[in-house]
Amino acid sequence: MSTETTVRNTPLTSAHQRLGAKLIDFGGWLMPVNYPAGILEEHKATRGAVGVFDVCHMGEIHFHGPRAAQAVQRLVTNNVAGLSDGRAMYAVACHESGGIVDDLIVYRVAADHFLIVVNASNIAKDYQHFVANVGSLCEISDESDSTALIAFQGPKAQTALAPLTNVDLASLRSFHFVPGRQVAGVSAWIARTGYTGEDGFEIFCSPADAPALWDALIAAAAAVGGKPVGLGARDTLRLEARLSLYGNDLSDTTSPLEAGLGWVVKFDAGDFIGKEALVRQRDAGLARQLVGFEMRERGIARHGYAISDVATGARLGEVTSGTVGPTVGKNIGMGYVPQSHAQPGTRIVIDCRGKPAQAEIVKGPFYRRPGK
Amino acid sequence: MSDAYPNDLLFSEDHEWSRSENNLVTVGISQFAVDQLGDVTQVDLPREGEVLKQNEPFGSVESVKAVSDLLAPISGKVVKVNTTLQDSPEYVNEDPYDGGWMIQIEPSNPDELKKLMDAAAYETFLKEHED
Repeated sequence: MSTETTVRNTPLTSAHQRLGAKLIDFGGWLMPVNYPAGILEEHKATRGAVGVFDVCHMGEIHFHGPRAAQAVQRLVTNNVAGLSDGRAMYAVACHESGGIVDDLIVYRVAADHFLIVVNASNIAKDYQHFVANVGSLCEISDESDSTALIAFQGPKAQTALAPLTNVDLASLRSFHFVPGRQVAGVSAWIARTGYTGEDGFEIFCSPADAPALWDALIAAAAAVGGKPVGLGARDTLRLEARLSLYGNDLSDTTSPLEAGLGWVVKFDAGDFIGKEALVRQRDAGLARQLVGFEMRERGIARHGYAISDVATGARLGEVTSGTVGPTVGKNIGMGYVPQSHAQPGTRIVIDCRGKPAQAEIVKGPFYRRPGK
Repeated sequence: MSDAYPNDLLFSEDHEWSRSENNLVTVGISQFAVDQLGDVTQVDLPREGEVLKQNEPFGSVESVKAVSDLLAPISGKVVKVNTTLQDSPEYVNEDPYDGGWMIQIEPSNPDELKKLMDAAAYETFLKEHED
């Protein structure tokens, strides 16, 4: 572990230590990679019951003022006007080049108050980008340090959370949220959002209240067979659901169209930053595309492995994410390939540390929760 | 702690264990390595007859989160490979010193074993190299 950078604790670090977690430096944060149960058990607990995740490191940036909606629309590709109070949406923020600054969730608290939740590793970059571009339109405040966030994800999330709050969870639909409520006696916001492919909630509270809320959530999860879950299973869960990870699958030089996020790019919504570049890219056709693949030969694809053509051996691109899919029972991954190789059914070769292994491009999420 | 590192084994700094019996050396990875890796999902091993050199890679072990090279604790010829690990890599986690053994080597230079650590020395080594 590097001694030069200071590693930051979340409000829950000592709780993780008590639970016996293995802690690692993750982008400057001391985070649990797994608890004693291990990644596979944590993954299963989330798919079968409920998983509790420390996501306090995520960033919370607030936009206040009468022109807040206009400011947010300038920053994100999705349609801000489509939001009403208490609704949230997934979106990306782009550079003028069309490259992705970050992927994020926009929450409309009120007509003059929006919250954007951003990736931990991008908080400083995003805040600068936001202020530089729309700082004159509204007040922008980075409240990441004064906001804790815990995710509670899985098919039993609603059942397990219900006794801790008087919020009517059954009527809180996906991508809706309620601010200013109580969970386990602490003041909290509850959002029906997540990053696992399961139903579930993300609960915002103050850092001071976070340890008590965490303990209550851990107990509630345990009562239904759930567990605390670290970053290791967070990665296998999100990849099975084929959710992108910034820094792996998305970057400053990949566009949302290439990344398969065209569904959050609303060209009619407004003049967002990057729109012109994305219109040009759309009209010209994409040179490459982020695809999902399943290994057809023995091997586990990992970030950075080369992808090549089956017949010619020509290099096509690179794996951006890859892992074992514990629920799907296959080794899975994502990577960028030229359009010519992006059709489902196409065979590609992944160079697994010198051992070539064939994979097949597949459509859609590797895992879909039952009934969805 | 001592249960984690049996006394009849020798250990390398790269966390492979060696058990020397009847002029053959059986090799696997230590409890420490297993704890670091987490759930093992794939083990790639050499074929019988391959010749290994001390401290050079002879295969790899992949867990859900990472891949690591396996380094030969001693030079020699591979005479036996634990092929059950191909379908049951979890044996490495569940039973690293027995069911999780990986290969058996006929050493070309048994003196190389002297470069390895006994269990007590290995535990001291681990303590000195804690974060």
